[in-house]
Amino acid sequence: MSFGQLPEKNIHEIHENALNLLESTGVLFNDPEAVEILTSHGASADGSIIRFPRNMVEEAAKKVPSEFDLYGADGNALRIGGNETHFAAGSCGIRIRGKEGAIKQSVGVDLRDIVRLTDGLDNIALASSSVVPHEIPEAIGDSYRVAQLLQNTRKPFVTGAFSAQGLFDIYELLEAACGGKDALARKPRAVLDVCSLSPLKWTDVSCRNLIDGARLNLPLELISAPLIGATAPMTLYGCVLMHTVEILSGIVLIQCVNPGNRVVYGGAPMYFDMRRSTTSLNSVETSLVGAAYAQMGRFYGLPTHIYACLSDAKSNDAQAGLESGISALMAAQSGFNIISGAGMLEFCNTFSLEKLVIDNEIIGMVKRLAKGVSCGEEEMAAGLIGEMGPGSDYLSTGHTFKWFRKEPYLPSDVIDRKNLELWQSEGCRTAEQKASDIVSKKLAQVNGKPQEIKDAAEAVWEKIRMREGS
Amino acid sequence: MLDKITDSVYKYEMAEIEGLVKTALDSGITAKDILIDGLMKGMEAVGESFKEGDYFVPEVLMSAKTMAAGLEIIKPMLLDTSGAGFSRGKAVIGTVQGDLHDIGKKLVGMFMEGAGYEVIDIGIDVPADKFIEEAKTRDADFLCMSAMLTTTMKQMKVVIDKMKEAGIYGRCKPVVGGAPLTHKFAEEIGAHYSFDAASAVDLLNGLLAN
Ligand code: B12
Repeated sequence: MSFGQLPEKNIHEIHENALNLLESTGVLFNDPEAVEILTSHGASADGSIIRFPRNMVEEAAKKVPSEFDLYGADGNALRIGGNETHFAAGSCGIRIRGKEGAIKQSVGVDLRDIVRLTDGLDNIALASSSVVPHEIPEAIGDSYRVAQLLQNTRKPFVTGAFSAQGLFDIYELLEAACGGKDALARKPRAVLDVCSLSPLKWTDVSCRNLIDGARLNLPLELISAPLIGATAPMTLYGCVLMHTVEILSGIVLIQCVNPGNRVVYGGAPMYFDMRRSTTSLNSVETSLVGAAYAQMGRFYGLPTHIYACLSDAKSNDAQAGLESGISALMAAQSGFNIISGAGMLEFCNTFSLEKLVIDNEIIGMVKRLAKGVSCGEEEMAAGLIGEMGPGSDYLSTGHTFKWFRKEPYLPSDVIDRKNLELWQSEGCRTAEQKASDIVSKKLAQVNGKPQEIKDAAEAVWEKIRMREGS
Repeated sequence: MLDKITDSVYKYEMAEIEGLVKTALDSGITAKDILIDGLMKGMEAVGESFKEGDYFVPEVLMSAKTMAAGLEIIKPMLLDTSGAGFSRGKAVIGTVQGDLHDIGKKLVGMFMEGAGYEVIDIGIDVPADKFIEEAKTRDADFLCMSAMLTTTMKQMKVVIDKMKEAGIYGRCKPVVGGAPLTHKFAEEIGAHYSFDAASAVDLLNGLLAN
């Protein structure tokens, strides 16, 4: 049984209602050029509120490629779409939980360490601009984060701009690192997040990012973040509907500017906790909203994305593990192509290196579950069972020897499978303590030898810093 | 009688409150007593239950609406007797320039209103000068700012410096909040800080008492 999957009939119902709302109520685009572009392509405007004819929306959705590749620094492709599921580190935290448990404002070194650690964790396919460094001036913030990514990981990554200018700076850095405009268009290194402002709005910066990003042919990940009960209906079905309306409206703008531009059907649905006034990105309700909109994304034929594998806990405790585990599993089972959030605690505000290591294990297990039981003849081992008969041991068979590394997921030492006495004799260490050892070890391995960022990208970064005088 | 009003606010009985307040007035209880010992007492109890985790946000808002409905009836009389109006104090509230996160700000505003403050919500993405202008023309007791981004929280200092320039700092007290803020940050910029909506009300009450 697959939780949260809607029957086909409901998918059509959401689709119909979304088109109706887009046609009758419309969506606000807080940018004059966005209004101009959309009206010149057949939408009608009432001030900044745009209303879309049905076919305009349907045509736009058809233009989006159903899958595309991102590329690491060494040219390896990562397919985004189809049945692929990839996990990314969480984005834009503002605090870091240190080894001793103190939670502080995040700084540049924290971002560097997170990116380096992400680079060294096998189950996390995409790095991210995971925290915002507090000491870095706002004007170079966007490009600083991307420069750190280029310098410290070979993996493809998720990023985004907080300002209109930031997107151009990011583009220049990516272009230089990839070796030119055409190379970047052919082999993009990153996908850029752009958020709608629920309910039913795109801010001035987001409009600019959509338009400029499409002109620059950058893969864009649309993030609609309806807050259940606060900026969206309290009912999950209504929340999915709002998500659909917002994402479709963003797709239309992008496709008007650059037909065929790569787009990810993404989101960060949140549950507004009515008792504590906080925003949970990993409640079971958000998982259900996700399950449904993943179906919508597939219905429109787009790659999909959600936030999961994170937690509202403030430490790496039982809550952190269970929320990250459940949400990661639900997201993978819903068929999402990109799942962002590993490493995050406290409503996506606090990042923890130790949690990233623990989440790497969660993700390893989820991926193993997703692979399922492999049903070949050799795997069936009927001959072997017959040969061995009753009462023999399998430990020393060639079959076991052949498969013991291949068949299971082999967790790192974070997952404790020691016997009781050994565990006690080693000081009854917790998962977080053990994760902390792995963090130190991995960071020591990379310390002193950052990835080389191409000279060209280094020069661009220098230019941006000079421009802003910092 | 007043207990019934308190209870009615607490249980958000929108349909009952009007009748109860009218009956209380008819029986000779003053508008001021109805406000303080009836309606506001109800909201105080609501605040307590919210902090305990027994009441949820929509219930608090419904209670605040119930209180407002009761207040509507006695408003003219309150204005008559004291002349100073019925509010505990006036608060101008907005999110600072560049910041569009408004859920926290709205919630804080609603809680303050529920506690008997007059709240003037000047919206999102508010430039420093607009904060000053509104605080001045409205003669506000509190200038409340909300910021959710590390980049926009720096705006708060700009506003406070302008309050000093304009000579309203002190008479009008700056109050700040938002997820990236800390006590230390607020202290450094010379503002009062509280971490959520319920404690924001306590903060204002405390500042008024001093
Ligand atoms: C919802 C949300 C959004 C929504 C906002 C919808 C809306 N109408 O407000 C959307 C999706 C539009 C959005 C957009 C963006 N967001 Co946002 N968003 C959040 C999120 C998840 C929750 C904020 C929230 O509403 N919390 C619930 C309310 C009730 O809590 P609160 O605001 O903290 O308020 C309480 C207290 O702080 C206090 N309080 C608040 N104000 C005041 C004022 C006073 C006077 C007092 C006394 C108390 C007080 O009382 C409140 C009630 O208890 C936070 C992460 C988080 N969980 O905190 C990120 C977050 C703040 N956003 C973030 C980012 C990066 C962005 C964007 C830049 C993303 C993008 N690239 O487009 C844009 C920026 C838009 C802009 N210019 O402002 C980052 C910030 C990183 C940073 N550098 O600071 C965060 C931390 C998430 C993350 N890790 O990525 N966001």
